[in-house]
Amino acid sequence: MFKKEKLSQIKEKRTDWEKNYYSNIVKNHPERKGKFENLSGTEIRSIYTPGDIANLDYNGDVGFPGVYPFLRGVYSTMYRGRLWTMRQFAGFGSAEETNERYKYLLGHGETGLSVAFDYPTLYGYDTDHPLARGEFGKCGVAISSLKDMEILFSGIPVDNVTTSMTINGPAAIVWAMYIANAENRGISNGVIGGTIQNDILKEYIAQKSYIFPPEPSMRLIVDTFEYGFKKIPRWNTISISGYHIREAGSTAIQELAFTLGDGLEYVKAAMSRGLEIDKFAPRLSFFFNSHNDFFEEIAKYRAARRIWAKELKKLGARKTRSLLMRFHTQTAGCSLTAQQPEVNIVRVTMQALAAVLGGTQSLHTNSMDEALALPSEKAVRIALRTQQIIAEESGVTGTIDPLGGSYYVEWLTDKMEEETYRYFDKVEKFGGVIPAIEKGFFQREIAESAYRYQKEIDENKRVVVGVNDYKTDEELSIPILRMDEKGEQRQINRLKKLRKGRNGLKFDRNLKRLKRAAEGDENLMPYILDCVHGYATLGETCDVLREVFGEYKEPAIY
Amino acid sequence: MERKIRVLVAKPGLDGHDRGAKIVARALRDAGMEVIYTGLHQTTEMIVETAIQEDVDVIALSLLSGAHMTLFVDVTKLLEDKDMGYVLVVGGGVIPEEDIPALKKAGVSGVFGPGTPTDDIVDFIRKNVKR
Amino acid sequence: MNDIASKVLKGDPRSVARLITLAENSLPEGYHAMKDIYPHTGNAHVIGVTGVMGSGKSTLISELTHEYRKQGLKVGIIAIDPTSPFSGGALLGDRVRMMELATDEGVFIRSMGTRGMLGGLTSAVYDVVEILDASGKDVVIVETVGVGQAEVDVIKIADTTLVILVPGLGDSIQAIKAGIMEIADIYVVNKADRPGVDQTVAEVESLVDISCSNRNRKTPVLTTSAKESKGIVELAQAIKKHISYLEKSNEFEAQRRKRYEAELVEIIRKRLMNFIFDESTFKVKVELLIDQISKKEVDPYTAADEILGKILK
Repeated sequence: MFKKEKLSQIKEKRTDWEKNYYSNIVKNHPERKGKFENLSGTEIRSIYTPGDIANLDYNGDVGFPGVYPFLRGVYSTMYRGRLWTMRQFAGFGSAEETNERYKYLLGHGETGLSVAFDYPTLYGYDTDHPLARGEFGKCGVAISSLKDMEILFSGIPVDNVTTSMTINGPAAIVWAMYIANAENRGISNGVIGGTIQNDILKEYIAQKSYIFPPEPSMRLIVDTFEYGFKKIPRWNTISISGYHIREAGSTAIQELAFTLGDGLEYVKAAMSRGLEIDKFAPRLSFFFNSHNDFFEEIAKYRAARRIWAKELKKLGARKTRSLLMRFHTQTAGCSLTAQQPEVNIVRVTMQALAAVLGGTQSLHTNSMDEALALPSEKAVRIALRTQQIIAEESGVTGTIDPLGGSYYVEWLTDKMEEETYRYFDKVEKFGGVIPAIEKGFFQREIAESAYRYQKEIDENKRVVVGVNDYKTDEELSIPILRMDEKGEQRQINRLKKLRKGRNGLKFDRNLKRLKRAAEGDENLMPYILDCVHGYATLGETCDVLREVFGEYKEPAIY
Repeated sequence: MERKIRVLVAKPGLDGHDRGAKIVARALRDAGMEVIYTGLHQTTEMIVETAIQEDVDVIALSLLSGAHMTLFVDVTKLLEDKDMGYVLVVGGGVIPEEDIPALKKAGVSGVFGPGTPTDDIVDFIRKNVKR
Repeated sequence: MNDIASKVLKGDPRSVARLITLAENSLPEGYHAMKDIYPHTGNAHVIGVTGVMGSGKSTLISELTHEYRKQGLKVGIIAIDPTSPFSGGALLGDRVRMMELATDEGVFIRSMGTRGMLGGLTSAVYDVVEILDASGKDVVIVETVGVGQAEVDVIKIADTTLVILVPGLGDSIQAIKAGIMEIADIYVVNKADRPGVDQTVAEVESLVDISCSNRNRKTPVLTTSAKESKGIVELAQAIKKHISYLEKSNEFEAQRRKRYEAELVEIIRKRLMNFIFDESTFKVKVELLIDQISKKEVDPYTAADEILGKILK
């Protein structure tokens, strides 16, 4: 980007500055730290100049938004055309309670829905399963059947608002419930839009809500890709996630590398079934974390776009929509503190701003009380307002990729891309993502980073405001969300009624057909839809698949 | 010979967030304790039976899914039924302040919420281990 | 008879666990109980399992235990992991892979740290084997630390030693050089669902041909896939066959004798060390000598003479 002559002049000047100005100051007033490192351990210099991005070619490496390699953004107008979707992850208790929360959020200006399910649902168990004891509705909404899905979206215009569902192991079944509910309401498959997380690889690596082993899980996922682009064209059939990898303790570079690695694995799996890349790739989406190091996060999103575009091109994708990486972001849950919770609002603001400056398509901002419980109405309203302030009052949306061209940010973007490719090579040596998972590679990397981070905090090498510095003695007194105690029993009763009231013959027949199809290699979605329409419960349907596919047991890595 | 404190680190129920449990397990190991880590998805029976066979001094429960009032108390109750009062029970995770008194009453002697330095947990165990 | 001993003989898990703790910490209450249970030992078949880290030992043991349970046998498992030389603590994680067995009354699992021992075992392992044996277990499986090169101590305690390998680990060649291969009564190539199995089996079989050429028994090489539960029944059969072989060939007595010798040596060694380094009055004298050695006022050999002289008097 710069002429050689100019660069050597700048280099000279820099050396001069370091020798004659910088060193003099540092001699008498040493810097606050010996070394400044970001959260991934990358050393940061005091100042960046054109010399640090000497080899950057604007047209080839940076380019323009909406055009390969999409470094500056995936759309030509970005927020000037349309703001990111404000999509707050929500769900607790029974479908009725969550339905109310959705209406509250939509009423306060959120522009997309996002469903959080409770643990039994995430694992494919009905509320009355013995393992579900005590877990009903605690960290999300309990959905055990199509009936619950009907209640969850009652009075909500699913033809007009998109829904993201954070579900992985039983994703295909829960998606089928959403589709079936829309169908029953006369809303066509061509109209409904949304996302299912459906990213099993990161479950094995980080979030651990897996059910079946890798092979059958991948089969199910490719089934959804295929069904998606054929029948539900506006649906993103996967949200390839780094959020959870980061929450488990990884660095930003690991988050970037492991997520993109997972993504490429899904692409290869779909291609080996013979699906055309340009047919399914446009409906792949991503989900990243937004953590504390402001500029690192921005560089991470930019690098992600460029790497993904490059790699998909290598794999043969030609359509623009196949190459552009769209992503949702959530601010880092693991950065929230229980101490002085109002301060979390400030953290979330910075993290949200980073996501916006990084070009996210959709955003969830955490609520201040989430270190202690699920968000109260007031807290989630403030979280939503945070996005609205950035959108309406900060002015950052007036231009696209405002940090493009910053010597620091471009340098950091390149650096993160470099480190990502290094990880790609390491994983290749294991024979690919799935062998690396089985050998515990990712889990070990994550556990190491997590431990190191905690040690830094324990040893006061890293400050967490309110936790190991700037502490107060004040009593915590923010209202915490409490749920309806009777919800679990109500749900159990509802399940009993459902099982009695449905057509038993159809139910049996549907499950049998699903079993047979699962043993073969047909696409399972139509069979699952039939089961769901016949009011087979989540647990009953998953049990059939458990029988055929088996259950996954993880290796133990610290 | 110095006796080693044996600690069982367990995740009851369906919660899959094991970042904290693993960090605590390592920290306790670094503090000279013998740590038996059982992994995810432990039932109350599995936890208590393991505690018996491993003759542990401490059971450390980790839960971030909100089900602690049921699951932690299930464990302390079973320990009581089996006359295992000599075991120190501590818990950590996403636990609101207002639940702590009830947990303590049920037999969870120490509750370590988000932001607790690992040294605090080590010190607490060393000071309160019962035998 | 000692109260805890009689409960152990009845198989009460709590007493078994307690006695193991007493024995591991060399506590005097343990001695009497150990003496009382000793006449009731010698029935259990002891299987040692060793192999490099990542060979899937724990999962394989879990599968083998399931098989034994199907046959109605009671199983004790001792899972040993390394104690950190720096902190003295240990992360005992083998149990993770065996958690379904946790509530089976016919299975007892105990995790132990090596606590300073180098050969892959812990010095208390002999006691623990006796305790599990006396409590009625038909089979006792000892899983050693998966470090690879130095862990040959397991042969002293086991009737049957299994060496577990994995295809394509590259270490199979290294292990061959290191002596760990010589201790196997049965070789098991685990994770046989992975590529490279045939090559690894061939490597091992050629090694076997060389080393067994002048022996009575050819060491079998089996393949298993613990996660697919394949080859487990065959493994159990091979182990049974090995015990028959030992009994018929009179090697059984010789094998057991080695174990009792090692056990006696270990008991004596521990008592001696405790006496010299822990017993207070003696300890003071020893510390003094160490200071003198540091200042080069006396050499270690003379110091040893002095200490031993006092003990042997």
